[in-house]
Amino acid sequence: MKLKAPDRITFSHFGFCPGCGHGVAGRLIAEVAEEMGVADKLLTAVDVACGSMHMNDWHFDTVMAAHGRTLVTAIGLKKTRRDNPVLAYYGDGAAYAIGMAETMHAGLRNENVIAIVVNNAIFGMTGGQMAPTSLPGQKTTSSPLGKDAVRFGQPFKVEEAFSGFDIPYLARGALVGAANVNRAKKMIKKAFEKHLDNQGLCYVELLSPCPTNWNLEPLDSKRFLLEEMTKHFPLGEFKGGDAK
Amino acid sequence: MSERVLMKGNEALAEAALRAGCRFFAGYPITPQTEILEYLSWRMDEVGGSYTQAESELAAVNMVYGASSGGARALTTSSGPGFSLKQEGISYLCGADLPAVIVNVMRIGSGLGNIFQGQGDYWQMTRGGGHGDYRTIVLAPNSAQENADLMVLAFDLAEKYRHPVLIASDAAIGQSIEAVELPEFRDHDLNKYDWPVRGAKADEPIRTVKNVFYSMGDAYEDYLRDKYAQIEAEEQRWESIQVEDAELVLVAFGISSRVCEEAVEGARAKGLKVGLIRPITLWPFPVKAFEKAVNAKAFLTNEMNLLGQTMDDIRLATGCRVPVYHSGSIFAITDTNDLIVRIEEVMEEVKGGGQ
Amino acid sequence: MEKIKTDVTRCKGCGLCVEECPKQAISFGDHMNVKGYRTIVVDQEACIQCGSCYRVCPDIVFEIL
Repeated sequence: MKLKAPDRITFSHFGFCPGCGHGVAGRLIAEVAEEMGVADKLLTAVDVACGSMHMNDWHFDTVMAAHGRTLVTAIGLKKTRRDNPVLAYYGDGAAYAIGMAETMHAGLRNENVIAIVVNNAIFGMTGGQMAPTSLPGQKTTSSPLGKDAVRFGQPFKVEEAFSGFDIPYLARGALVGAANVNRAKKMIKKAFEKHLDNQGLCYVELLSPCPTNWNLEPLDSKRFLLEEMTKHFPLGEFKGGDAK
Repeated sequence: MSERVLMKGNEALAEAALRAGCRFFAGYPITPQTEILEYLSWRMDEVGGSYTQAESELAAVNMVYGASSGGARALTTSSGPGFSLKQEGISYLCGADLPAVIVNVMRIGSGLGNIFQGQGDYWQMTRGGGHGDYRTIVLAPNSAQENADLMVLAFDLAEKYRHPVLIASDAAIGQSIEAVELPEFRDHDLNKYDWPVRGAKADEPIRTVKNVFYSMGDAYEDYLRDKYAQIEAEEQRWESIQVEDAELVLVAFGISSRVCEEAVEGARAKGLKVGLIRPITLWPFPVKAFEKAVNAKAFLTNEMNLLGQTMDDIRLATGCRVPVYHSGSIFAITDTNDLIVRIEEVMEEVKGGGQ
Repeated sequence: MEKIKTDVTRCKGCGLCVEECPKQAISFGDHMNVKGYRTIVVDQEACIQCGSCYRVCPDIVFEIL
């Protein structure tokens, strides 16, 4: 059985930290775009942090948006280039802190773009600060004694916030473990399918390890993700899945 | 044959944008420009464009960023506090060399201020307004007709320089209903230029939109200086009225300039040698216009702000050779007769030895 | 027989593939690449070409032939 990464994705020497999930996510997007025959047309928007480095490794036209505004940039772009699939790729800080209003209104209006949110429960690029998705007790550079959930809230769960929204697809996958990676790819593929069918907002959150900012080795980061993060961020399809 | 209709200033802006080929608008309600949003909420569909009432002015300008990346002629409008929310987005547009038109229908004051006409955003609009080493072309209409004409020019200049262009309207112009000859419709092709993103084949390079200097490296410094030098040299626009022999030259833009036109007439009738320079581009400031004011012993601004925001630009344009005075209030458009009184005061003071 | 091609100039020594391989066919070798990462080696005999390593590797080190 042949498995080779498509030409649309390559390794960049300005790339990600060892064990970071961005490399897997970028490859999955390239695989899906290639398999669905839309690689020539896909337009992407990235945020300003780690995910923006995909401009150096994926072969798609890319717009770098202001922090937290990737989703609305993608929305404006999709309304201009109506025949192109448009994918917004950004992190949990962008989605649920500075860009929360944009996240909620894209859901409310069911805007027709693909949203891929890479959730590592931390602000990575700026050196590991607490995020709205950080776990209670999680030690970060801006919560060195552990995140106080009473003051700063429980980890933000998009499936709860979106429960009243009528959007075609909402799912959460994980970027570690081969079985999870397979499932994540299927989620991305479904998001593409429904977006190409102009059904509306196709939203996939992907849990990612962040070894550098979690101060854990890559394999321990994988364990933290699978054992601790999933307690707060269950994997699965919340809207638009096959079952139920 | 172009149509001549009775239109509200704000609506003239909106209709002219569509005729200039604008097919993307995102906005938010704020007085005194909400008519633009309301007008486009039904009119944009008629021309097959995209209209969004966004969740905030911040979201709106970032949608414009996305639309412009794809090659659209894209527009967003606001006033005062909402215009402030757009500053990061305007900075990003500049950094990425993206064309767009952003309108500020000026109202009074900092903070909430008030909803009536003001001209207190001059500094903000002409000195960048957001972070970074940039400023934008600023066009200042003084009538509903100019709202229409300058909207078309704004899109053309934005594309020519790959730079956002601001339109400094105000509540009085926005709310006035005047006769407007609307521009002809023109088409706009998203792929007119090579730079907008559109999808990349495997064997061609990708297009990206981001801070231009990421890809330009050392060449950026000369590139940026040349761009601004060209704009300053070629895009100054103004109107001059009886400036050559004037001993006192009024300087005013927007609605204030129309009061000044009357004041010039009134003052001349009294034998006073008064003229008017009306900047139509607030940036680049029409330095060339001031070169003709050879007999001026003083300049007098009339602007609806208290700090005399245009005074420094006049001093710079004239090398501080003569005093610059201020007139105007933030609470009302100056009454012509009051302005003539002020003109007389200033001319007395100047004759008697100046400031 | 070569079942897997690897480009260890890309390897960052994260170890995700080592743990993932159902046949323990991947391990850390003695080689350090130019970036200073200790890189993996594949036991081609033991490999069953399941593709798990390819899937979990963030750096496109693997190609399953």
